[in-house]
Amino acid sequence: MTRAVALSALALLYLPMLAVALFSLNRTRHGLGWGGFTWEWYLRLLQNEAVLEATRNTFLLALLSTLLATLLGTLLALGLERHPFGRRFRGFLETLLYLPVVTPDLILAAALVVAFGFLRQAFSLFEPGLPAMVVGHVTFQVAFVALVVMSRLQGLPRELDEAARDLYATYPVYLRRVLLPLLTPGIVAGAMLAFTLSLDDFVISFFTAGPTSQTLPLLIYASARRGVTPEIHAVSTLIFLLTVLAVLGGERLTRRSV
Amino acid sequence: MNRLLVWYGELTTAPSLFLRGLLLVLPGMVWLLAFLVLPGLVLLPLSFAERGAFGEVVWTFSWENYRRLLGFGVLGYSPDNLLALLRTLWVALVTTLICLLLAYPIAFFIRSKPRAQRYLWLSLVLIPFWTNIVIRTYAWQLLLAPEMPFARLASALGLLEPGMALFPSTLAVYVGMVSAFLPFMVLPLYSSVERLDESLLEAVRDLYGGPWRVFLHGVLPQTLPGLTVGVILTFVPAMGMFVVPDLLGGAKHLLVGNLIQQAFYTMRDWPYGAALSLVLVLLTLLALRLYRRHGKEVELA
Repeated sequence: MTRAVALSALALLYLPMLAVALFSLNRTRHGLGWGGFTWEWYLRLLQNEAVLEATRNTFLLALLSTLLATLLGTLLALGLERHPFGRRFRGFLETLLYLPVVTPDLILAAALVVAFGFLRQAFSLFEPGLPAMVVGHVTFQVAFVALVVMSRLQGLPRELDEAARDLYATYPVYLRRVLLPLLTPGIVAGAMLAFTLSLDDFVISFFTAGPTSQTLPLLIYASARRGVTPEIHAVSTLIFLLTVLAVLGGERLTRRSV
Repeated sequence: MNRLLVWYGELTTAPSLFLRGLLLVLPGMVWLLAFLVLPGLVLLPLSFAERGAFGEVVWTFSWENYRRLLGFGVLGYSPDNLLALLRTLWVALVTTLICLLLAYPIAFFIRSKPRAQRYLWLSLVLIPFWTNIVIRTYAWQLLLAPEMPFARLASALGLLEPGMALFPSTLAVYVGMVSAFLPFMVLPLYSSVERLDESLLEAVRDLYGGPWRVFLHGVLPQTLPGLTVGVILTFVPAMGMFVVPDLLGGAKHLLVGNLIQQAFYTMRDWPYGAALSLVLVLLTLLALRLYRRHGKEVELA
């Protein structure tokens, strides 16, 4: 009984993706009749300017926002975890970090729309488009990076700090030679999480995108409203396969490190 | 003269230590204040402002947006918005319950597997968790299309006119919502189920407890931490969801998320959008509070 319910619930999660994969290999362009097997739609992707453009934008956005968020988040973690702030100020900073994690993304998007609307009057940077999207993504990524790096920092013994300083390391030398090398796994993990969150995001992008900054989730959403082509099935299948690989790869990585 | 102090091997003074910490946290802090906290706070006065003729904000103080939310529009009274609010609560609640009912069997199923295989089964839940929500939702559009088996079966049973799709419909919204949030319920619940102490379940059975008693007195108290996290991770985002009702629900099944999207995106009516957003925040906080209070009672009992 448990087994039957569990397996059918899991099937519920996979059946739709299976259908998409199946129809990405269907020769029929319109309608859902089966017209035989073909790779054509995958090959056509390479000439589909809209898809290529969206792919470029998606990765560019993820790369830029992750770089910025990793820098800001790591600095935040270093300041918060290695300096004696008063209880009030520390509490304030911690609340600030948990806020983007618990805020529904739609509310975050609404706040960003309002912020950009007012800032636009002074800076053209905040016109809908890629730069604004980067700002939006960094806003939710920073907290995740900071929290991951902080948890790594908490696991590093403070004796290392003492040893370094007793041997006359200045703060920059201590950072470069002692702390950052030890912290790298945490920073990389935080950056990978931020990158994935950016690739996966739809809501924030939807509200901050301009006409020339379509990302893949936005493109698929727009097609779902207008009418889907087999090329969209092909793109979605590829993204799904990439997710499968990433999850299995990540699983293997964490298992090895444990 | 500031007193010198030793901070983990570093000879320094309290002000200079504080200054360095402040410099480190400042960029991130200012960023979050500027793009999240401040605009979030602006939503409150904004919700009492009005939309100008060109979509600009006219700063006045009126209850107009909230009256509109309750249904007092320019065209007379219509309960549509109020219904959308109630529907949001209802849909989020039912989605959470269905996810709960499905998550327990999945968690126990994974637990029943040999330890070496559990990672693999858990990955089967993680993969949809990380798959883009837009893709997973439009995939349901495809699966519920008229030519596909589900719609054919429904029309063969006389539940659906031939040639019609199973969406947009209430059913499609629930199917989409449940499959969107099921992983969010399974993952925290599994972490509790995995650590379950079997001997306590045996104790209930020894005292002639049936399956229901075993669940109530054996399973539930032990899995409450995972359950709590799962319910929050499902209920809160379910209330703010707009992709699923948008692609699978149609105009008759609007949720608050759709209204917010329309206000900010289609109508360019920020003040009304701000009022709706605040209502969503309020509902979220209320749900968390109610849940926390109730959660405490369960713990005491």
